[in-house]
Amino acid sequence: MMQSLLHWIDERFPLTKVWQEHMAQYYAPKNFNFWYYFGSLALLVLVLQIVTGILLTMHYKPDSTLAFASVEYIMRDVPGGWFIRYLHSVGSSMFFVTVYLHMFRGLMYGSHREPRELIWLIGVVIYVALMAEAFFGYLLPWGNMSYWGAQVIVSLFGAIPGIGEALAEWIRGDFVISDATLNRFFAFHVILLPLLLAALVYLHIVALHKVGSNNPDGIEIKKNKDKDGKPLDGIPFHPYYTVKDVFGVAVFMMVYLAIVFFVPELDGWFLEKDNFQPADILQTPPEIVPLWYLTPYYSILRAVTFEWLPGGAKLWGVMAMGFAIVLLFFLPWLDRSKVRSIRYRGWMYKTMLILFAVNFVMLGYLGTVNPGHVDLIWFKNVTWAQIGLVVYFAFFLLMPIYTKLDRNKPEPDRVR
Amino acid sequence: MMRKLLIVIALLASPALAQASSNNENLDSVHIDLADRLSLQKGANTFVNYCLSCHSAAYMRYERMASDLGISEQLLKDNLMFAADKPGELMVTTMAPTDAKQWFGVVPPDLSLTARSRGPDWIYTYLRSFYHDESTPTGWNNLLFPSVAMPHVLHQWQGTRTVHFEEVDGNKHFESFVAGVPGQMTESEYNSTIRDLTNFMVYLAEPAKLVRYRIGFWVMIFMVVFIVLSYTLKKEYWRDVH
Repeated sequence: MMQSLLHWIDERFPLTKVWQEHMAQYYAPKNFNFWYYFGSLALLVLVLQIVTGILLTMHYKPDSTLAFASVEYIMRDVPGGWFIRYLHSVGSSMFFVTVYLHMFRGLMYGSHREPRELIWLIGVVIYVALMAEAFFGYLLPWGNMSYWGAQVIVSLFGAIPGIGEALAEWIRGDFVISDATLNRFFAFHVILLPLLLAALVYLHIVALHKVGSNNPDGIEIKKNKDKDGKPLDGIPFHPYYTVKDVFGVAVFMMVYLAIVFFVPELDGWFLEKDNFQPADILQTPPEIVPLWYLTPYYSILRAVTFEWLPGGAKLWGVMAMGFAIVLLFFLPWLDRSKVRSIRYRGWMYKTMLILFAVNFVMLGYLGTVNPGHVDLIWFKNVTWAQIGLVVYFAFFLLMPIYTKLDRNKPEPDRVR
Repeated sequence: MMRKLLIVIALLASPALAQASSNNENLDSVHIDLADRLSLQKGANTFVNYCLSCHSAAYMRYERMASDLGISEQLLKDNLMFAADKPGELMVTTMAPTDAKQWFGVVPPDLSLTARSRGPDWIYTYLRSFYHDESTPTGWNNLLFPSVAMPHVLHQWQGTRTVHFEEVDGNKHFESFVAGVPGQMTESEYNSTIRDLTNFMVYLAEPAKLVRYRIGFWVMIFMVVFIVLSYTLKKEYWRDVH
């Protein structure tokens, strides 16, 4: 019965073929480590965000006079509403946690290198779309930080010479963030960007399955095949990596749910205090800061304080911020090393990568504090941010030099 | 390699995380205990009888409060519902915003979420920082929130006191309180009343807090079982991978 049904479908749709190609006979390297969980986990969070998002949309009201109250209605009067809302608000941060670790994995093991450049490029587009998704979504609760955060970010477009102010007004649909802005951000958040993200993730996986996964050794498993043409160091994705990823999901969900149930605000890092006050155009919060996942770029923006630059500091800050993201697209071609994995690279790339990671965390932290204060040692926060900006750009712009000079170790023939 | 990197990053990030939560204001810390139902009930009583005269808690329903705090419907109707007819109504003050604006200069803010936006320590300190001040329109002032429009509603309990300021370089510095008319409560009674009120406002800001720790505990136990099972399954499948 089942067999004939499957046969009936296979005549009309390549179900068995797709299953074989992408699961049961998709050969993945057998040496995936800890860092290889985050791709599937990011996909899991995407699905969870869509499901919880749909449930929230059933009760949320995209209207500047009702939005804030409708979120509290979800928190109090909708049965289980608080759980769905926290899953979604914590989920946005968990999305970035998984994506940042996933990207860092790529940098460590050279997953961006030939022949996987397109996977990396699609990935960076996903990352940019995710930042937009998070930004639009952050306005929806219509809290005071939502409001002023959006005000600040949209006003950045005003720095573009000539068309800037008109462009910012066009985005807002008003002279300030208002009901018109809320409605269009809602449309972007629940329709445009989720569609885009789903399509991009599909392309990301199609591109990955075309060339096959990289691994911690950064060597091609396709070079060593047995007489049937199967990679000697590969194992079928299903069942091996499906059961392994279920274990990863279990550990990840425990952390995620622990935050949801015990510390959903995470001391202001996932839900900000000022956002428990409704949007108020007359009352600016003492510090306007985006949530942690955008603060590294916010730091770069604020680090450019040199008013003598032609066009003003703000314009150059916006350009630096944009350039910081654009550079990610060029990574596959900036890296000139002969080896992929950090295991066989010389000390220069290792040093630069650790420095880059620490620097990125530092920039993220600095984006949440007052630039004029001294919160780290020696210098004011803004000075540290300026150092951070230089390190950030040096990592990319000097990459062709240090990856070329680096004394790499010989790669093995087979994975360890 | 990757493990070392992970540890390095975690270590570097931790002081930043610890610092971000520090607060500059000198606030008295208050002991919050949502399991203390009597305290929540006393706080609710104070809140409804005093705060709700001018402020709203417009995201909260009487009925929900009563059922969460174990207050019977009769008790609720007789003692806690002065501004509403039906238990299902939202806790909205009867004071018209236009009147409030005329009397105080501002519309008193909604208190549903104050414990989340300001924090419980702030509420506890604020309500214990009022003093008599002839120079303000209401005759009251507050050390934590100077020139606040709100008068000291609970002065009959706390009593009337003034503040002795020390002038240093033209700046006024708090020196000491000067006792005036004594209140109906001792200092510790008043503190305990404000603690109950603050406790209630923490509940008011997030009613789900009453259940979320309890559910979370069982969820964690389930997750541990799930982790053990999925790990065992993985191990079984991976036995033949070398």
